[in-house]
Amino acid sequence: MSLQAASGALPAAAPASLLRRLLGRPLAALALLWLSLVLIASLLARLIAPYDPLDQDLLAMRQGPTPAHWLGTDALGRDLLSRLLYGGLPALTGIVEALAVAGLLGVGIGVTAGFYRGRYDRLIVQAVDLVMSLPAIVVLLSILSIFHNSMFAAMISVGLLGSVGIIRVVRSATLAVGSELYIEAARIAGLSDFAIITRHVIARIAGTIIVQLSLFAAVVVLIQTGISFLGLGVPPPAPSWGGMIFDASSVLNNDAFMLVPPGVTVALTVLAFALIGDGLRDALAERWMQRGAGKVAAAGGTAVSLSGPRRAPDLEAVLSLRGLVIHAQGREQPLVNGLDFDLMAGETLGIVGESGSGKTLSVLATIGLLPSGTVVSSGQMLVAGKSYDLSDPRHLSVLRGKVLGMIFQEPMAALDPCFTIGTHLTEVLRARGGLSRGAARARAIELLREVKINDPEDVARRYPHQISGGMAQRVGIARALALRPLVLIADEPTTALDVTVQAEILDLMRGLAASSHMAMLLVTHDWGVVADICDRALVLYRGTCIETAPVAQIFSAPQHAYTAALLRANPHNALPGTELPTVADVWQQQALVP
Amino acid sequence: MIRLILHRLLVSIPLLLAVTLLTYVLDSFAPGDVAATLPQGQTSLKAYLALRHKLGLDQPVMQQYGHWLWRALHGDLGTSYFSGERVVNLLNQRLGVTLSIVVGVLIVCVSAGLLLGALSALRGGIVGRTIDILSIAGLAFPSFWVALILIEVFAVKLEWLPAIGYTSIFASPRLWLMSLVLPVLAVALHSITSIAKQTRDAMGEVMGRDFIRALRASGLSETSVIWKHGLRNAALPVVTVIGLVMISALGSTVFVERIFVLPGLGSLAVEAATNSDIALLQGATLYFTLIVIAINLAVDVSYGWLNPKVRT
Repeated sequence: MSLQAASGALPAAAPASLLRRLLGRPLAALALLWLSLVLIASLLARLIAPYDPLDQDLLAMRQGPTPAHWLGTDALGRDLLSRLLYGGLPALTGIVEALAVAGLLGVGIGVTAGFYRGRYDRLIVQAVDLVMSLPAIVVLLSILSIFHNSMFAAMISVGLLGSVGIIRVVRSATLAVGSELYIEAARIAGLSDFAIITRHVIARIAGTIIVQLSLFAAVVVLIQTGISFLGLGVPPPAPSWGGMIFDASSVLNNDAFMLVPPGVTVALTVLAFALIGDGLRDALAERWMQRGAGKVAAAGGTAVSLSGPRRAPDLEAVLSLRGLVIHAQGREQPLVNGLDFDLMAGETLGIVGESGSGKTLSVLATIGLLPSGTVVSSGQMLVAGKSYDLSDPRHLSVLRGKVLGMIFQEPMAALDPCFTIGTHLTEVLRARGGLSRGAARARAIELLREVKINDPEDVARRYPHQISGGMAQRVGIARALALRPLVLIADEPTTALDVTVQAEILDLMRGLAASSHMAMLLVTHDWGVVADICDRALVLYRGTCIETAPVAQIFSAPQHAYTAALLRANPHNALPGTELPTVADVWQQQALVP
Repeated sequence: MIRLILHRLLVSIPLLLAVTLLTYVLDSFAPGDVAATLPQGQTSLKAYLALRHKLGLDQPVMQQYGHWLWRALHGDLGTSYFSGERVVNLLNQRLGVTLSIVVGVLIVCVSAGLLLGALSALRGGIVGRTIDILSIAGLAFPSFWVALILIEVFAVKLEWLPAIGYTSIFASPRLWLMSLVLPVLAVALHSITSIAKQTRDAMGEVMGRDFIRALRASGLSETSVIWKHGLRNAALPVVTVIGLVMISALGSTVFVERIFVLPGLGSLAVEAATNSDIALLQGATLYFTLIVIAINLAVDVSYGWLNPKVRT
């Protein structure tokens, strides 16, 4: 996440007003212009319409556009432009009525439900669900029938029916805001609920409310047009946009152009409301994003170049990596800067470093699965007798599973929640191992047994949410081993697990490595894990390897001051009652920052 | 799973009661009454009062509703104010047409929507932009306007398909299918893009999750990662949207049936509304609500089927 945000590298702009942002978007500005035009033209229809909308001219029936009738005439010779202008007012009135009802109810009920929660909130949620399931059009037909074709009654009902959608959004926005600390602070400071709601909650979610109302307005236009199309609400011959579409439908064979003026007007109006809503939403999102990105950009630091002269790849090694450089897209400073390492047969190499030192990125680069926004600029890998260019990740997919198996930090998140444990294993065995359904099934059970899972038949039938984190990591290991890889890559495999489970997983990994002569690449920030199962350790600092040595030597005689600092920052060695040492403390105390 | 279905059916009861009660309650607030607007009631005061009594309008609202409900539970929805025919018979004659359209829309927009949405999530580019443009058009133009354009192009100009009318599937399956193509398209065009957009967003979100990277790392092919795991997980939020889209498509059938002169529930409801035939409207509302409940039930069942956390 932070990587992606940082790659955008947006300047931390001064907060601009939402309206200015909106006008800065050409589409949204055009949309506002169109709506203003429709509003003015509809209000001034009496003054600017060239004809009376009901005047029939039977000598000029069904004409296309002419100098006398800019948009042509209908089957009774009535001027279409005039009818269009006069038809605007009922449409706009409908929007105002429906929006007023939906806005008042939606905001009032939504905010109070989200603010007070409890039984009142549950009741509202149930009522909202109920109204959402109503067949709206048919309810409107009943209303129109009962209230003698009153468009006013229909539009008020549209507002009522539509308010539930707004209640839903406003309620969840309020819930989110209400859990923030400053609301709690305002309560403690003794502000009344009313003041908190109006000054703090509504002010904060006003953008969301406007977006919702704008999108709702688009729907109201369509409904108003629909009702008048059916000849209800605005009974013919009175002009209405929907009625004009109906008129056009009766002469479709002769004059299809009649569909164009009302259709395009309605479409543009709907579109304008939707675009304004979308534009506002984007402008709001942008505002939050920019604030976040500014922080990340500020946190970036400078790297230290400590790499020595490059050595040739080691042909004896199972995996030999040379000159790995990883960049965040669009940024100068590399995240990993010229990393080399060799992994010997049967060896377990620990890659140790602080968060953000590039450990995980380096191992992900070997299987071509870097997160989006990061790229390998250069790097060669010699594995299984072949050389691979890491900057072209397409060729690396053949390695996955068969040569390099990988397990992840969050074992549960690494499993697809929709499929059983058994499927996770059998699909790999069948697709890449070429096993039949039955053979894959049997092998999957065998793999589960290898990772010390009791009752593997039962576990294979379970879904990820039905097993524990420790078991999920065992499943992850079983999957990584399915195709008998040469190297097992483990990215902080025990960090997310309980301490007792950690030990079990490490035992399991040590046992597997010993019995299969598989090499392991272990990413960790835990010296305990390094001491426990690694043969050699590689210390990474800001993307550069600063020391690599056998584990015993690292602990007894670290060659580099940073390694020593990192070792001293191990919380397991801290004395009770004293502050925990951090790397920065030790590192800076010694004034060794180059 | 069974508990899920039972729950949905239980919460449907208050919905049905609320919908049917609504008409009676609103009717009591309305100025004047139905008897005054019907032709039989307009001859004399005596005729008006007799009609009021016959329709039960002289009783208190709750009593009227109680009567209606009691008879409805026994499969009797009364008689049409306008034609005097039994409401149940009128509705049952029309149900097949509306269901044909709804099922057609469901098939078309789910298959096309999922495919287009997944494609645009992965490829972006042309498919994505086409969906964007179509969804803007689908949102902006009313379905009845789109229906008219479809008639103009495919029936009037190209003469490929009938402009209006309906043939029963029992009379001729081929003509039945042809009479449904344009109505289904008119409704579906809007729905396809809603589902496609939702699928695209969901796919985009799912493809960024950890397990996708883990699946790739395990050596699975891109095809399998995307179309088996990606789409399956993306389908979960999409199913909910399909339900909402189908409910809105049900509303669109009212207009589309009107334009294509299809004898369905929607055109019946419009006729009833034009004639102030409250008894018939009440029946139509009930049927539409039952279809909505069926859609919600189908959504719940498919959600449970797709999501092991709900099922197990």
